[in-house]
Amino acid sequence: MIWFTILLVVLVLAALWASMATALLRATLGLALTSALLAVVMYALGATLAAVIELSVCAGLITVVLVSVTSLTQPRTFKEALAARRSRLRRFWPLPFVLLAAGIGLSFVRVPVDIVLKVPAADGDVRTVLWSLRQLDLFGQILILLAGVFGVLVLFRKEAK
Amino acid sequence: MSHLLLLVPFAAVLLLNVLPKRARVAGIWIAFGVLVLETAAAFIAKFGWVDLSALASLDQVFRFHLAPDGLSELLILCAGLVGMASLLVAWKTSHEVEERFTFANLVLIALVGINGIAMVHDLFSLYVFVEITAVATFILITTRRTGEHGIQAFEGAWKYILLSVVASVLMLLGIAFFFLSADGISLDAVRQALATGAPLAWVATTLFLCGLFVKGALVPFHGWLADAYTAAPAPVSVFMAGIVTKASGIFALLRLAQEALHGAAPGREILLVGGAVTIVIGALLALTQTNMKRMLAYSSISQMGYIVLALGGDLSLGILAAGFHFFNHAVSKSQLFANAAAIEKELGTLDMTQMGGLGSRMPVTAGTAAVASLSIAGLPPLAGFWSKLLIVLALWKAGEYSFAAVAILASLVTLAYFLVLQRNVFFGKREDRWAAVHETATGLLVPAVALAAVTIALGVGFPFALKVLLGGGA
Repeated sequence: MIWFTILLVVLVLAALWASMATALLRATLGLALTSALLAVVMYALGATLAAVIELSVCAGLITVVLVSVTSLTQPRTFKEALAARRSRLRRFWPLPFVLLAAGIGLSFVRVPVDIVLKVPAADGDVRTVLWSLRQLDLFGQILILLAGVFGVLVLFRKEAK
Repeated sequence: MSHLLLLVPFAAVLLLNVLPKRARVAGIWIAFGVLVLETAAAFIAKFGWVDLSALASLDQVFRFHLAPDGLSELLILCAGLVGMASLLVAWKTSHEVEERFTFANLVLIALVGINGIAMVHDLFSLYVFVEITAVATFILITTRRTGEHGIQAFEGAWKYILLSVVASVLMLLGIAFFFLSADGISLDAVRQALATGAPLAWVATTLFLCGLFVKGALVPFHGWLADAYTAAPAPVSVFMAGIVTKASGIFALLRLAQEALHGAAPGREILLVGGAVTIVIGALLALTQTNMKRMLAYSSISQMGYIVLALGGDLSLGILAAGFHFFNHAVSKSQLFANAAAIEKELGTLDMTQMGGLGSRMPVTAGTAAVASLSIAGLPPLAGFWSKLLIVLALWKAGEYSFAAVAILASLVTLAYFLVLQRNVFFGKREDRWAAVHETATGLLVPAVALAAVTIALGVGFPFALKVLLGGGA
């Protein structure tokens, strides 16, 4: 239980790092770390298929796409980066404390109603899930990636002008 | 045939991108052809004009779980009409081939999303197709303009993305809670879970509804819409106002109300209060605007409130009224944005304080804008009058007299802001600098005239239209 709590705390810290980082590359690494840790949490909870997809798509493929796009941008100067970091720290420094306080506060809350949670269905065979049950959603994912490609083309064609 | 509604636009995108670069000029017309087929598909499905049994074998290749019905046909028809109008506007207002090519591609991708929304009956698939539409739209907003306009467009898209992410989180949380409280995430399973009164199922419903409220820009989640509509290039405004926001937020609400909520409390109360507040706030905000596109954007928010309010009325009549108003508003609002595109093209501004007396210089634009404005305000015998009458009747039948009164009174505010628009733009004294202004190009008038004709025909031929709607089981 202890290691699981530590894992969750590290997960939140990684997510905070991803949100607070002023450099795109660091934010991307933070996001990849968050996804990888989330995949471990999912695996530990028995959601093997979700863990595999989280690790391969979110921590893998998306990170590659984000790093590629980041490589097309102009880096900030040291002064600009420093100013952005200071500004962000000024605005968001209470965020970790608020999250911590909320977490501690919620741990004392007892839900007044008697909710019986259903156990989600088992993952089943990956091929069956992807190719038979959720083929439509897989098709949708392809379309989202295609739209993303157009996004990169549109935005960076503009930059080139 | 339902598979083709997803596969044909997808295949068209692939085709456009393997064409040689010099053939890209035809891209917009290939997309137009797909939209003509889309519009025809709605009629083929409704009247069974063509025997499509030979396409049944597609089910064995593509295991898409689609179940089109009367509501699906409504959305598909709206998407076809609005898509064609936006492509015509793009043809006349975009000067670069590359820009028109990108627009055609993204409209086709968004079309797959909209068609998917129309035909799925599963919350996760619904979410996936809402996201496809949203991602294509983010990029559409930023497709054109450099300099200050480019920055505004980027800001509008950014606000849309930020609030869309919030909506996605809410929807995904709702889906996660449904996994724990229902026997799956099909709308049928959701309905069964809600019927048992399980608290977690209602928490999930509330979260999912809030997500759809953000996507549909309903008050208090409406902050992104006016900026996005105003900053977007003219054809994108036509497409967004006509179909995108409605499909990704309002249609999903319609589907949920029809198949899962079934008029049960507290879902019904959420729809009634959310709808009424949206109508009033949207109308009051529209009344204070001086930019034409911004006024139309707030008007859209208000009219989407009517659709949501109808869903809180008598179930069958409410769904019918909401569906009819959905169609009317899609047609009239995309037409008004096409009118705004014509004015912006000729004058170079949309600031209504600088306009006046344009009616004599742009008579077709003025006439069609009057038809759409009066229809949205609910004046007989135009189509908007009948849909608003049905909304009031649905509320009355459910015993929601106060909400029916809100719907009627807000129509007066709608009429007021549209009269302000008409007076500021088309009537009054014309400034000398607009003396040389003339009617816009025929290509821009075609969508406006065609959509105005639909509004008039649907109003005058309302008994036939009602029969068709009832026949579709909407």
